Amino acid sequence: MTDVQEAITQAHHEEWARVVASLARRFGDLDIAEEAAAEAFATAVARWPADGVPPSPGAWLTTTANRKAIDRIRRENKRGDKQKEAQLLYDNDPPGPPGAIGDERLRLIFTCCHPALAMETRVALTLRMVAGLTVPEIARAFLVQETTMGRRITRAKTKIKEARIPYRVPSAEDLPARVSGVLAVLFLVFNEGYLATGPGTDPVRHDLTDEAIRLTRLIRALLPDDGEVAGLLALMLLIEARRTARVSASGELVTLDEQDRGTWDAALIAEGHRLVRERLAAGVAPGRYQILAAINAVHTSARHVRDTDWSQVVALYDQLARLDSSPIIALNRAIAVAELDGPEVALAAVDRLEDKLAGYHAYHATRADLLRRLGRGQQSRAAYHQAIDLAGNSAETAYLTRRRDELG
Amino acid sequence: MQYLVSVIDDTAGSATPAEMAAIDVFNDRLIAEGYWVFAGGLGSPSSATVIDNRGEEPLFTDGPFVESKEYLAGFWIMEAADLDVALKLAAEGSKACNRKVEVRPLLSA
Repeated sequence: MTDVQEAITQAHHEEWARVVASLARRFGDLDIAEEAAAEAFATAVARWPADGVPPSPGAWLTTTANRKAIDRIRRENKRGDKQKEAQLLYDNDPPGPPGAIGDERLRLIFTCCHPALAMETRVALTLRMVAGLTVPEIARAFLVQETTMGRRITRAKTKIKEARIPYRVPSAEDLPARVSGVLAVLFLVFNEGYLATGPGTDPVRHDLTDEAIRLTRLIRALLPDDGEVAGLLALMLLIEARRTARVSASGELVTLDEQDRGTWDAALIAEGHRLVRERLAAGVAPGRYQILAAINAVHTSARHVRDTDWSQVVALYDQLARLDSSPIIALNRAIAVAELDGPEVALAAVDRLEDKLAGYHAYHATRADLLRRLGRGQQSRAAYHQAIDLAGNSAETAYLTRRRDELG
Repeated sequence: MQYLVSVIDDTAGSATPAEMAAIDVFNDRLIAEGYWVFAGGLGSPSSATVIDNRGEEPLFTDGPFVESKEYLAGFWIMEAADLDVALKLAAEGSKACNRKVEVRPLLSA
């Protein structure tokens, strides 16, 4: 990559959301903001190789995008409303208060993750407006047609405008609930990357996990005191640290107990552990992302699987179960219980979840493994069959198939 | 900005006295705080008549324009600064009338 291309990529990463956010604020229209930002970056691609990279790329991009937006509004304003046009020439808005909460990008994120939008729409809109992914990139990531994804984003922009979804940071009273809505969007993007579904898809979609981490870092910079933001970032980093160890050269899932821990990313683990310690020191009751991060910190602290502090893992799952009675948490707790109290106790706990989890591949995969450890081969094989039928991730399917075939 | 808050019902019965009382309290609050534009409860869908006068002469059809289990039982029109305000009010309205509600913006002139 040439220096100019690198500068453009870096500017896109660092400045896209800022440019879109400031235009959205000024013109009150996400569509205009998005289009003008895209045109400004296209102009940079065309001009920077010849003219050189401007000293302040962000300011150059914002100025260029503003000009593009005004051009479009003039073009559309055929009746020539002089007063309206004059208003476009200066920015009458007072600058926002200093400090993170006044950051324009935060308004943009809260608007894209508004609870009146469907979850899949929030994800698509956040990836387009905040992360700057193109519509074809987002469509590929979620295995839908480009036109379908384009329509979904257009419909969302229309709803925001027509129903007047506000462009602002929620009030202090609403903030915790709205932040947790934003984090749910980011975790969904991360999980889709981490456990990509679809037979022809790479088992891990680095583009999505990278984007999710980048966006979570941004939210963390904007809301540094929020414990759940720190918790989600730590959780993602500690999962991401194990990514190369998690899929074998032949594309098969490698479970935590069989991973080569020497290939884990020490820098990401150190950063994740630092965040977990920071939250412990804060002395505030942790939310679910912080507890999940702490569980992952226990795993990543063990140099060998036999060094894992399973009683601590189970205690953390107990704490999590008090916040969230989801059967998936109970399933993960049972997996830890198997290490502490043996597979028989764990199997009894797993079997109690049948009503709720019979359609979930991990339920059957967990049962299959516990039955195998108890020497109940025939039942284990049947459970592997069910898990394979339900699994959507190619690496998991390969792993489960081998495990079933090894039963002999 | 005005919003239509439609009350969606799927029961045959009309509001109970307790629900009516809660709706009155909510309406008084809407008026006192300047959100009130208009509101009304509707007769049953079977009392509706559909009229189509796009042709030679008006055509009257007995019954609602769409038959469904859920139907429009009443509505509010509220004045609110943005959707966040409208959603909060609508959530309180849903609690008061003990029904689901739908919020839709009215197109502004």
